[in-house]
Amino acid sequence: MSLPLFLPLAALLLLSALGVVLNTHPVRSAMCLVATLFLLAVFFIFLDAEFVAALQIIVYAGAIMVVFLFVIMLLNLEKDEVGRTRTGWHMTTMVSAGLFAIGLLYIVYRAGTLLPGAGMGVAAPAAFGSLEMVALRLFTVYLLPFEITGLLMLAAVVGAVVLAKKKVA
Amino acid sequence: MTAVPTSSFIALSVLLFSIGAIGVLVRRNAIVIFMCIELMLNAANLAFVTFARQQGSIDGQVIVFFVMTVAAAEAAVGLAIIIAVFRHRQTVNADDLRLLRW
Amino acid sequence: MHLTDISWPALLPGLIVTVTALVVLVADLFIEGPDREGLGWIGLVGLVAAGIASAVLWNANAGGFGDTFLLDRYAIFFNLVLCLTGALTLLMSMDYLSSITLPSGEYYVLLLLAVLGMMVMAQANDLIILFLGLELMSISIYVLAGIWRPDLRSSEAALKYFLLGAFASGFLLFGIAMAYGAFGTTTLTPIASQLAHLSVEQRPLALAAAGLLLVGFGFKVAAAPFHAWAPDVYEGAPTSVTALMAVGVKAAAFAAFVRVFLYALHALALDWSWLVWVLAVLSMTIGNTAALMQRNIKRMLAYSSIAHAGYLLVGLVAADTDGGASMLYYLLGYAVMTLGAFSVVIAVGRRGEPNEEVSDYAGLGFRYPFLGICMTIFMLSMAGIPLFVGFTGKFFLFSAAIEQGWVWLVIIAALNSVVSAYFYLGVLMQMYMGENPREVQGLTQRPYLTATLLFTAFATIVLGIFPSWAFDLARSAVQSLSV
Repeated sequence: MSLPLFLPLAALLLLSALGVVLNTHPVRSAMCLVATLFLLAVFFIFLDAEFVAALQIIVYAGAIMVVFLFVIMLLNLEKDEVGRTRTGWHMTTMVSAGLFAIGLLYIVYRAGTLLPGAGMGVAAPAAFGSLEMVALRLFTVYLLPFEITGLLMLAAVVGAVVLAKKKVA
Repeated sequence: MTAVPTSSFIALSVLLFSIGAIGVLVRRNAIVIFMCIELMLNAANLAFVTFARQQGSIDGQVIVFFVMTVAAAEAAVGLAIIIAVFRHRQTVNADDLRLLRW
Repeated sequence: MHLTDISWPALLPGLIVTVTALVVLVADLFIEGPDREGLGWIGLVGLVAAGIASAVLWNANAGGFGDTFLLDRYAIFFNLVLCLTGALTLLMSMDYLSSITLPSGEYYVLLLLAVLGMMVMAQANDLIILFLGLELMSISIYVLAGIWRPDLRSSEAALKYFLLGAFASGFLLFGIAMAYGAFGTTTLTPIASQLAHLSVEQRPLALAAAGLLLVGFGFKVAAAPFHAWAPDVYEGAPTSVTALMAVGVKAAAFAAFVRVFLYALHALALDWSWLVWVLAVLSMTIGNTAALMQRNIKRMLAYSSIAHAGYLLVGLVAADTDGGASMLYYLLGYAVMTLGAFSVVIAVGRRGEPNEEVSDYAGLGFRYPFLGICMTIFMLSMAGIPLFVGFTGKFFLFSAAIEQGWVWLVIIAALNSVVSAYFYLGVLMQMYMGENPREVQGLTQRPYLTATLLFTAFATIVLGIFPSWAFDLARSAVQSLSV
């Protein structure tokens, strides 16, 4: 990925992420989040992660965000947080988060070009990020985590039904 | 044309994570807070994919698959909890909920 | 590409709990009527079987899946603590559920899945498996906290726990991403061996990973300054779920915390031990001073659990085998005395009257001698009075820290211990000096709760008077981590 392509895309990504935080209407926030997810998928494609990019759009932007929008519409959230303004709290948060980001950025800068691995300059191995390659790894080395996600889904399904069903047994 | 270095992608991911964290702390609407948490998870995903490319190992991409599963499970349960609270109080604004101030 | 090495012994305890959860889920459909104690019994049998299976494999040192999932002695020790916690929680729930209206089938299923997630955390030797175990546990407990739907406090507690828990997961995950970037793997064994001869370029990212993981774990064990969620959530959740949160979640989070920091990141101990020092001092001080001001017994126990997380962190600051072993021992003691205290809270409450204020305990000591004696044992143990497990545990923790030269830390911890005696004894004062006792449902009609109280009180005393066998188990458990 070259710099003239990276910079505008990165700026767009950060703008849409800020949109999630700054919009006062939940639906607008959700739409900004969808945009962020799509832009991330673009980055994934440039990072040779085709399958993950497809998943990002189908599962994340498609399925998960639809649930979000559905709940926002269901609860009919119109006006939002007219409550007290908390300037002091906002400032503290901004300053500490800013320090946090600067610290981490400094670390990344220090680690810089010396990270372990071949790096971006070297072409990725053949078929890197293809469905076949991900699946081979997923169903051999990552077999146990894969099974655990099954149980995670079971817990989520049972939990969602318990919490959202009308009649209490 | 030189390739953009790994650290730029990681820096982007750090910024995305920080924006998400700020959002969690300053927003008061439970659904919006949850969306900001999704931003944080996505920042981690970007870092995983970048490091996978850097090291030429596919593991980082497989991990993203697990993170998406976790995000989906959290979304199901989290939104169910939000609906349960809404049924009681007709609000998801954190300031209106007695226990939820921080 | 070969199939990963599947290790059935390492899977056995978890598989037993999984099968039990599925059996309960299906059996729920076939059991008619409101009387569902049978489901509780199935769960109880499953948890005891999983505990026995772990104990039998004590010498097996099983591990598989490319070294990512272990059943070493360390994991077995925690499996035993977690199965015990799960079983006692189930036992107290069986009487508690009949006093409030809960969907009991799903309650038992989620409780078993939460315990399963905790066991996965204890056995995980890989950050991704650890993360998935943590999420399995957390998602089950988010729901359990909000399962008492008619009560607004329960739903609000669930929402708060969910939002802050997911926030903490975000930090943990980002830490895992940094570790993956620094080491090219998420498995703890290669991380530990790479850290032994750390290259310059790995160091900044490794430190970032350690810091982010510390924040994530700090939230889960409810250590200050990441404790703000605990009092509200503990107060709002159904009491049996609070007991599971205070004991099970904390034990599982410490299991993962100690394995990651004492084993994988041990080479960085100089860099993280002062941070843990700060966490320990803040947790003890904030926990104990805030507990002084509480009127609600569940909130008081919440702050006391924050303080106990602080005491446990003292062992982590020591960062050696003795420190780790005393943490494990203290966790075992903390588990029995805290579960006991929450059983008393359940016993004092009745349908429609939770009786959760400290003033509700006035005069109960003489009116109901058995309850009074049990509460006395638990409170004295938590305050760190000799003869009880709370004292021996603190003794081990503090002496391990002194041996490593952390004298000031131990002085602060000891002072805190003195402060804490004030509010623990305050409850006893109410129980024995207060007037006009309330009516409490007789314990003879609640056999399961009586059994829980008997067991925990007995264990609190036995572990306190004969500590050596349990401490030896803890020590050999920590030694299997090869610190």
